[in-house]
Amino acid sequence: MTNVFNFPILSLIAFLPLIGCIVLLFIDKSNQKMIRHFTFGVSIVTMALSFLLLLGFNADDVNMQFAEKAAWIPTLGVEYLLGVDGISLLLILLTTIITPIAIISSYTAIHDRTKEYYVSLLFLETSMLGVFMALDLFMFYIFWEVMLVPMYFLIGIWGGGRRLYSAIKFFLFTLFGSLFMLLGILAVYFLNHDPAIGSGTYTFNLLTLNQMKLPMDIQFWLFLAFFLGFAIKVPMVPFHTWLPDAHTDAPTAGSVVLAGVLLKMGTYGFVRFCLPLFPEASHYFAPTMVMLSLIGIVYGAFLALAQKDIKRLIAYSSVSHLGFVMLGMFALNPQGLTGSILQMVNHGISTGALFLIVGMLYERRHTRLISDFGGLATQMPILTTFFAITMFSSIGLPGLNGFIGEFLILVGAFQYNKLFAGIAVIGIILGAAYMLWLFQRVMFGPLDKPENKILSDLNGREIAYMVPLIILMFWIGLYPKPFISMIDPAVMSIVKKVNPSALPPTGAVALASTRGNK
Amino acid sequence: MPTPVPVSSLFAIFPEIILGIAACIIFVWEPFVPKEKRDKIAYFSLFALILSGLSLFLLCGQNISAFSGMIVIDAYAIAFKALLVLSSIFVVLMSFQYVKTERIHLGEYYGLILFATIGMMFLPSASDLLSFYLALELMSMSFYVLTAFMRKDEKSLEAGVKYFLVGIFTSGLILYAIAFIYGITGTTHLGAIRATLAGVGNANVATNPALIFATILLIAGFGFKIASVPFQMWAPDVYEGSPTTITAFLSVGSKLAALSVMGRVFVFGLDAYSADWQPILWIISVLTMTLGNVAALVQTNFKRLLAYSSIGHSGYFLIGLIVKSESGMSAIFVHSVAYLFMTLGAFVMILLVCKEGSRGDQISDLRGLGRSHPVIGIAFVLFALSLIGIPPTAGFIGKLLLFGSAIEGQFYGLAVIGVLNSVISLYYYFKVATVMFMEEPSQERTLSFSIPIKIGLWAMSIATLVIGLYPEPIIRAALHSVKVLF
Repeated sequence: MTNVFNFPILSLIAFLPLIGCIVLLFIDKSNQKMIRHFTFGVSIVTMALSFLLLLGFNADDVNMQFAEKAAWIPTLGVEYLLGVDGISLLLILLTTIITPIAIISSYTAIHDRTKEYYVSLLFLETSMLGVFMALDLFMFYIFWEVMLVPMYFLIGIWGGGRRLYSAIKFFLFTLFGSLFMLLGILAVYFLNHDPAIGSGTYTFNLLTLNQMKLPMDIQFWLFLAFFLGFAIKVPMVPFHTWLPDAHTDAPTAGSVVLAGVLLKMGTYGFVRFCLPLFPEASHYFAPTMVMLSLIGIVYGAFLALAQKDIKRLIAYSSVSHLGFVMLGMFALNPQGLTGSILQMVNHGISTGALFLIVGMLYERRHTRLISDFGGLATQMPILTTFFAITMFSSIGLPGLNGFIGEFLILVGAFQYNKLFAGIAVIGIILGAAYMLWLFQRVMFGPLDKPENKILSDLNGREIAYMVPLIILMFWIGLYPKPFISMIDPAVMSIVKKVNPSALPPTGAVALASTRGNK
Repeated sequence: MPTPVPVSSLFAIFPEIILGIAACIIFVWEPFVPKEKRDKIAYFSLFALILSGLSLFLLCGQNISAFSGMIVIDAYAIAFKALLVLSSIFVVLMSFQYVKTERIHLGEYYGLILFATIGMMFLPSASDLLSFYLALELMSMSFYVLTAFMRKDEKSLEAGVKYFLVGIFTSGLILYAIAFIYGITGTTHLGAIRATLAGVGNANVATNPALIFATILLIAGFGFKIASVPFQMWAPDVYEGSPTTITAFLSVGSKLAALSVMGRVFVFGLDAYSADWQPILWIISVLTMTLGNVAALVQTNFKRLLAYSSIGHSGYFLIGLIVKSESGMSAIFVHSVAYLFMTLGAFVMILLVCKEGSRGDQISDLRGLGRSHPVIGIAFVLFALSLIGIPPTAGFIGKLLLFGSAIEGQFYGLAVIGVLNSVISLYYYFKVATVMFMEEPSQERTLSFSIPIKIGLWAMSIATLVIGLYPEPIIRAALHSVKVLF
């Protein structure tokens, strides 16, 4: 573990929003402008600092980088341990980019209890960043749980519809899973103390725990415990029912962060903890996981087709898209895993953008029912353009980011089982169907509703926060190499541990040729 | 010729002597204090409690067996004594405004609190079943009066009578158990009981069928005191009817004191007999957790809700006893520390909205409190998180250690049931948080603030958070203190 910077940059990035949060508490609550600009400023500085990580990041190094280590609770063996590899770095960047966008998109949407709102958002950012950086299971769990509180309040206070119901449902579902994960963590902790299995010490250090040689029957149960924690968060069918409610009733920024980052915490958990800690069990459960993913892909897509509410439709599309992420991951080969990680980022960008667009429509029209719209294309040309690009990115049109991720996942799935890849393709087709149909019903057709004739197009602020997302869609779509090479060493080391047979004899070369094909 | 009491024995109970003298002074002094100056008595008792707490430092590191083995001063006793004094200090801080609002501003109130504290402080250091029984009675007697302290309130009187009847019945059970144990082992000293059961001298003692009878009686007696199922029926009514400060005292001080002595009686005294009491406690623990948390779901009265939550917590505490390991017992101590701050903190909420003519114990009385007073609201969220066991709070550390000790001792079922109950508890605690933050305040509200309660609330919130973030000193102290039991 190394740190090329000689100061704790990861702590600085993770806790800067929290410091901002505390300062914010002392700003007069009537000074709304100041509160907004301050929050936005904090998140921008956090983003800038996270770009610094890119400068120092060594893409060829398989070890954890920018590591920080200190004793925290020595009697329990808890350490303050932060570090990133390519996978977590990518998700950290996603978080630091999505958060300022979520903040700036709330400028006009939130008028009630503004200060508390921005405090919650910044607090949320710290906990999300912490999840992606923590390498100590105890610390990871703390960030993972702390995240629930601000999200609960974001949905419950500033949400719409059945917000109280959705907020508590979100909280209950996630807590249910994560407490089982906590038991799993504790079991791993005690098992590691057995010298026959682990290092013989009491530690939550993931890098040490990764060396454990757990018997298969223990792995079986531990995998299930961690699975509950992560699968509910992803969410995988049949644990997905909290998602449409939470997404629909959350405020726009809440939905953006929820779709953009929070769901990735679940998939990240699988990659970072489940696969390396329980390789044999992962192998054993792979067919089940792939089946659940496929059900999620097709079922989510069918449900999306049937929705009347735009936000609900996008929520169900998330279920379908995250099915792809899980499918690629449990194909347990380099292509699938690479695609899966890339697709986490892609889904964050495109679904985040879709929620932003719904938010803009809702702010102008105060409805989200598809049938209340129609013919907006003539009235709002800029929004239509953004919406079209985002939609195509979500569908997976070549040239945009979604294509790269889905393609790699399908390559991975095809190697795993041709039939499964075929079923996944049905999901893509359905995805195109519900998205295009949505776009057609909202944007085209006659502009027959009088309320819609007075809608104004996007203003400068709205364009400003959409543009970075659009740029990213094209960038990943046209030139994904920097992103792929960033995660490549981490992916290889995970596959090597879980499923060495999937590695081609000359592993890196084979993947490079896949990359060259695009 | 009477044997003089050795000085070392008096030294061992020095903290209790301070409180005893102070309580006597209060009873004599009270008639001479005019009504509007009664705060003086409160400050005086606060002073006595703090002095008594500080005098515990003198005993630190000592290992004294006093009064012919009746009282023992060791790390375990001192740790729990400190905790119990702290709970009394907080209860006095919480009482300043409340006793005026409820018109029970009498000097005896503080005197009785001090007497109850003395009883509680003797409990963890009781090394003989007789001294344990006397201490238990001293504590209970004071509580019988305190629960019925609002003489003109029917509910308070009902609570007093109920608690009294259940209490004396419990005392009878415990006394009966003590008699049996004495009959079997020929001693009431816990150390001697431990040795006898372990087979030193007489190998047949542990197989005596009367022992299981005595154990069941003991468990029933303790079960009443810590309100565990099926001995919990009195708790909701007594908790609802008693003055709120006394409810808080009962659910924290009395419960923790009883738990501390349970550790000594079961884990230390009946160690060799654990294969028989562990399964009984296992069933009781599971029933207690589940019933407490499920019944709390439907409460509309906040005090009753907290009563059921307190029953639920008894179940969690029992996990540590069942595991019967150093980590289990130290987990009980750590969770006790957390429980003290978070439960008293939750009771402060009721005291704040309590007004003349409204006891403020309905959940709807808290409507919009988080909007009108955000700091109070955040403090409540912190306590609620801690009660559920969500980081970064003290309650998380406590539950982590409890469930961890269960896993370490291979009681997987207990850990899983405990976790499921924590999920259930989320619903009712956050139902209250929802009322506080997401509903409009019903009318202009003034809270019953006083400087002492503010100090108390700040201290509890900060402690809940700080222990959650840096539990190292507490865990270390806990591990050190429970060593004497093994």
